[in-house]
Amino acid sequence: MAQYSSYILVCGGTGCRASQSELILENLKEAVEQHGLQDTVQVIRTGCFGFCEKGPVVKMVPDNTFYVQVKPSDAEEIVLEHLIKGRKVERLLYVDPETNEQVPDSKHIDFYKKQLRIALRNCGFINPENIDEYIARDGYVALGKALTEMTPESVIKEIMDSGLRGRGGGGFPTGLKWQITRKVQAPQKYVVCNADEGDPGAFMDRSILEGDPHSIVEAMAINGYCTGANKGLVYIRAEYPLAVERLRIAIRQAKEYGLLGENIFGTDFSFDINIRYGAGAFVCGEETALIHSMEGLRGEATVKPPFPSEHGYKGCPTNVNNVETYANVPVILLRGAKWFSSIGTEKSKGTKVFALAGKVNNVGLIEVPMGTTLREVIFGIGGGIKDGKKFKAVQTGGPSGGCLTAKHLDLPIDYDNLLAAGSMMGSGGMIVMDEDDCMVAMAKFYLDFTVEESCGKCAPCRIGNKRLHEILQKITSGNGTIEDLNMLRNLAGVIKDTALCGLGQTSPNPVLSTMDNFYDEYLAHVEEQRCPSHQCRELTQYFINPEKCKGCTLCARICPVNAITGDRKVPHVIDPQTCIRCGSCIEKCKFGAIYVH
Amino acid sequence: MNKVKTLDDLRKMRETLRTTLDIREKSNHPEQMVQIRVSMATCGIAAGAKEIMNYFIEALDREKVDALVTQTGCMGYCYAEPTIEVAVPGKEPIVFGHVNKEKVDEIINRYIRQGELLDDIIPVTYTAIKPE
Repeated sequence: MAQYSSYILVCGGTGCRASQSELILENLKEAVEQHGLQDTVQVIRTGCFGFCEKGPVVKMVPDNTFYVQVKPSDAEEIVLEHLIKGRKVERLLYVDPETNEQVPDSKHIDFYKKQLRIALRNCGFINPENIDEYIARDGYVALGKALTEMTPESVIKEIMDSGLRGRGGGGFPTGLKWQITRKVQAPQKYVVCNADEGDPGAFMDRSILEGDPHSIVEAMAINGYCTGANKGLVYIRAEYPLAVERLRIAIRQAKEYGLLGENIFGTDFSFDINIRYGAGAFVCGEETALIHSMEGLRGEATVKPPFPSEHGYKGCPTNVNNVETYANVPVILLRGAKWFSSIGTEKSKGTKVFALAGKVNNVGLIEVPMGTTLREVIFGIGGGIKDGKKFKAVQTGGPSGGCLTAKHLDLPIDYDNLLAAGSMMGSGGMIVMDEDDCMVAMAKFYLDFTVEESCGKCAPCRIGNKRLHEILQKITSGNGTIEDLNMLRNLAGVIKDTALCGLGQTSPNPVLSTMDNFYDEYLAHVEEQRCPSHQCRELTQYFINPEKCKGCTLCARICPVNAITGDRKVPHVIDPQTCIRCGSCIEKCKFGAIYVH
Repeated sequence: MNKVKTLDDLRKMRETLRTTLDIREKSNHPEQMVQIRVSMATCGIAAGAKEIMNYFIEALDREKVDALVTQTGCMGYCYAEPTIEVAVPGKEPIVFGHVNKEKVDEIINRYIRQGELLDDIIPVTYTAIKPE
């Protein structure tokens, strides 16, 4: 029986495979056998290391040497030098671009890991339903420290100095918000956790609540101590049943341990948390609408000021923070503001969690330091674009954000850079699009969403967005004119300036940013009645190339509306009037004879 | 249940808990103390993590391998759900993705029993901050 003492891991991610990692794997296996090492050394293929730009990568275990840009012809040398002679193959080691030094040893093996988990520190490590595991990983120490060794002012100062900004998307300085709530004199104050995660494609708040609910409980109690509130409320979507359940268990356990309730840590501070359920309206993520919903009123936004910090839940000062913001708080108190502010960019400190989705190979929940570039996220961690297609754009900030294009790939991600580039941080949805996606249709998709989710209170959002949507519908069906494009831009500007709340003020962003970056696509739709990505069905037509068609009749049999006709062994024809452009024929044709135009 | 009354109480509790968790992880009886974490956020469960967790427990029973199976939150590898992490004492924990019943059997027979790695294991792509 084989008794393996070392392993060679070859990256089998899509990027590395494209540069012959399979052949490297074969060659390594062969070399291992030739040297008679097959019973002690195992060669295996792994998933993506997220370091595709330096691929193909090979990792040696247990000494953790990391070889980059390996070629199939290097296999023999790796086995002979590394395994037999015990010397590293220096020319294949990674060279740190900053220090210009090779990275040979296992101590620095983390260089390829661009992700740093602070908010997600416990997700995937602890059992979220067991408070003991949270405590073993420093849980509630920050609360104890705050209550017994620090004044509320000094805690707030620490949060301010850390540079933590609201992770729900707005990016308001968290410490400042706490201070404002603290300064207002009132007999009753509230602490609210905004867990009404509504951006399509974003699920970081759910993951934190499901993976590490105690971090939110602890942070809310710290917030209560600072702002002078003794009641906490979590506003969470009822369609997150598992998150609700785990949060409920966490609150119960914290009470049993005396970490919530009366006289916490023997001090005179008392704090309790209750849960309020939302029915899943997007606008209720806006703080004033959220508070109204909790009060049992309609989920509609009201004009700010007054801000919730002064006049919130039941008219009392209320501090509202997002789940991910809270998740950072205990760590800041334990490690200090200085440590936290050493991560990130000048004005955006710490890390940000993103839900990476769309046309990337490694769809996932990731956490990177602020200032990481889009390229590192999409082509590094994300493993590049699916099926080797070309990157076109990435939508950040969901329906409130905008799209960023290839020219923004090297932009360091932070609040201010994204705003300047015409998008926004938002809650952290990141949807990657490739060459097959139509940007006009994409803008229409987000408008579909905002039209549906508008609360209807103010006219710009209720009526304006509806009109925007109609114009986009007209354009994507081939009936648009140049005047429509001008109208689109003007109307978008008016909505932005006049809508009541964040939802309406940001809803035209997808339209404006796609117009800024992909105006030629809009023009193609209105001037030539053509959709360059062949996505807008009403603008596409399917054809059969008579030279390639063998007359096999497969497409005619597959077509759901019998739009394809033709005799056996004679090129077939598609009737454009009957064709519904479903694409089934293209998928099935073995000769590549069907094309879209 | 003892209530936590002071910060010292909590710190003492942390040390005790850490030791017990450590013993669980670094035991001298590898076959007995393998620890398996199943990623069980909504997304993992939707991809079948619950069934896999149950099957894992049954299979370990059947194979008479004494291991601890616990649930945990999202590991972030959405493209490879269900994902599980297997920590064999004395070794770096290994993450397996796209786990189905056949893979569970392979993990038990080939990895836990014989120390063989399986193709397509998932390299950990992040650094998480460590406790104090």
